[in-house]
Amino acid sequence: MNQTAPAKPKKGLLSKQARETLIAYSFIAPNFIGFAVFTLIPVVYAFVLAFMQWDGVNEMKFVWFENFARLISDKNFIQAFWHTIAYVLCNVPLTIVCSLALALLLNSKIFGRNFFRTVSFFPYVASLVAVAAVWNFLFNPSMGPVNQILAALGVENLPKWAAGKDTAMLTVILFSVWKNMGYYMVIFLAGLQGVNPELYEAASLDGANKWQQFRNVTLPQISPTTFFVTIMVVISSFKVYNEVYMITQGGPGTSTLVLVYQIYNEAFVGTPEYGYASAISMVLFLMVLIVTLIQFRGEKKYS
Amino acid sequence: MAGAKKDSVIGKIIIYLILFVVAFTMLVPFAWMLSASVKLNKDVFTFPMQWIPSDPQWANYATIWQKIPLGTFTFNTFKLTIIVTLLQLFTSSFAAYAFAKLHFKGRDALFLGYIGTIAVPWQAYMVPQFMMMRSFHLNNTHLAIICLQAFSAFGVFLMRQFYEGIPDELCEAARIDGLSEYGIWWRIMLPLSKPAMSTLIIFTFVTTWNDFLGPLIYLTDIKLKTIQLGLRMFITQYSSDYNLIMAASVVSLIPVLIVFLSLQKYFVQGVATSGLKG
Repeated sequence: MNQTAPAKPKKGLLSKQARETLIAYSFIAPNFIGFAVFTLIPVVYAFVLAFMQWDGVNEMKFVWFENFARLISDKNFIQAFWHTIAYVLCNVPLTIVCSLALALLLNSKIFGRNFFRTVSFFPYVASLVAVAAVWNFLFNPSMGPVNQILAALGVENLPKWAAGKDTAMLTVILFSVWKNMGYYMVIFLAGLQGVNPELYEAASLDGANKWQQFRNVTLPQISPTTFFVTIMVVISSFKVYNEVYMITQGGPGTSTLVLVYQIYNEAFVGTPEYGYASAISMVLFLMVLIVTLIQFRGEKKYS
Repeated sequence: MAGAKKDSVIGKIIIYLILFVVAFTMLVPFAWMLSASVKLNKDVFTFPMQWIPSDPQWANYATIWQKIPLGTFTFNTFKLTIIVTLLQLFTSSFAAYAFAKLHFKGRDALFLGYIGTIAVPWQAYMVPQFMMMRSFHLNNTHLAIICLQAFSAFGVFLMRQFYEGIPDELCEAARIDGLSEYGIWWRIMLPLSKPAMSTLIIFTFVTTWNDFLGPLIYLTDIKLKTIQLGLRMFITQYSSDYNLIMAASVVSLIPVLIVFLSLQKYFVQGVATSGLKG
């Protein structure tokens, strides 16, 4: 076979094109097989599972839209849903304002700039369990340094932070902002460095002060970056779980229960309800999908 | 002129002041962690606080290794992190080469498979993924975590984006010189893509090292736990040994900080240019 192949290459065992395709597949296969088995199939499975009822032991049962109907009357789910929305609505603007402010500061030519940049990135790379442990100690309502300082300053009703029904979500949000702002700061910094310095010169010649320069030059110039960061923060805020788990465990009561927490609870705590957990997953997916579609439209506009 | 100069001096001072406050808030939890880790437990919360304890309890760092199998946790985490990082690096740069430089049937369709999952958060399919792994009897094994982390679309995107920036003529010239596609990947693409690979290494390392929910779902056997789970377990079991919790936290931070500080440049570049993660 091999010896005859060169004589009639088109009809050989493998044409040139087929061989190239095979080589290409051999490049892709190691990653794609893993990706298909461990990501693609579960993704498809998730959609199917949302219409099933299954506890992992008994027979799986197709229940049409029962899981989704149950969502509407499930008090825990409704709470988790609104808490997630509240988290997104507070966390997104706070993170953006803080990281942009930080980027503006670190974009000016100052001594020790690299040191400050590195430092502000620390919380992002540091492991969550460790930094959450310190955070919990610092904000401990009775012994923590934060409340001790507040007490020394004469504050009376000391906040109970993670242990208080009204302040628990705030504590989680403050922690998230602190942990993640360095990451988004880096993206803003890249955006700021792309702004043409001549624009500032022209603006200052026209007599614009710093604030006017920021409003009329910086903000419009970096709007693609701001858009991109907003999308990223929104998506990651919808997926919040770890921060809640470490700081409040969803409590006190159910005051910081969020969607992913609820998915975890339904699937892995007590009697597993895989189908119902997947129905909640679909809600999460839908939210992220909407944001992603907005992103696609925005990318067209900005590019 | 003089007025403008004075203005800018005041401006500088304000900037430094704000920066100092920001750096302080960023660093103070770490400083507190370090300080508490060498204190007696009863001194951890004394107020006004003593930043540098007069009698540092270095023994805290020895005690934690006896209280929990910290050595096993650290070894497990290193093992998982290194395997995942290597696999991720190899498989994604390999696949990315085909997507960026080869023409073949079904390329766009396959790539669409990767793109299609971007919008689906992992948390939305972690349940079916777990059920599938369990049916393969992979729950409670390290292999589950490896399978979970090693084949991300992120790596393929990152490497592909970088390879597209490498001129096609380079590959053409190599092909004429008789290099096979594998040879081109190994001898030309890999050496040229060191920056992208560094970015991928540091991202994968940090994500795997710090991953919590994945190991939480899959690893229930104490011998298999990672350092994050171990630390969390320690915190729950010895919840009032504040000094020991802080010492264990410091230990868990060190490797990732070393990797970050040594590859920092690539990390920042990676975030700034791709910003895909998150």
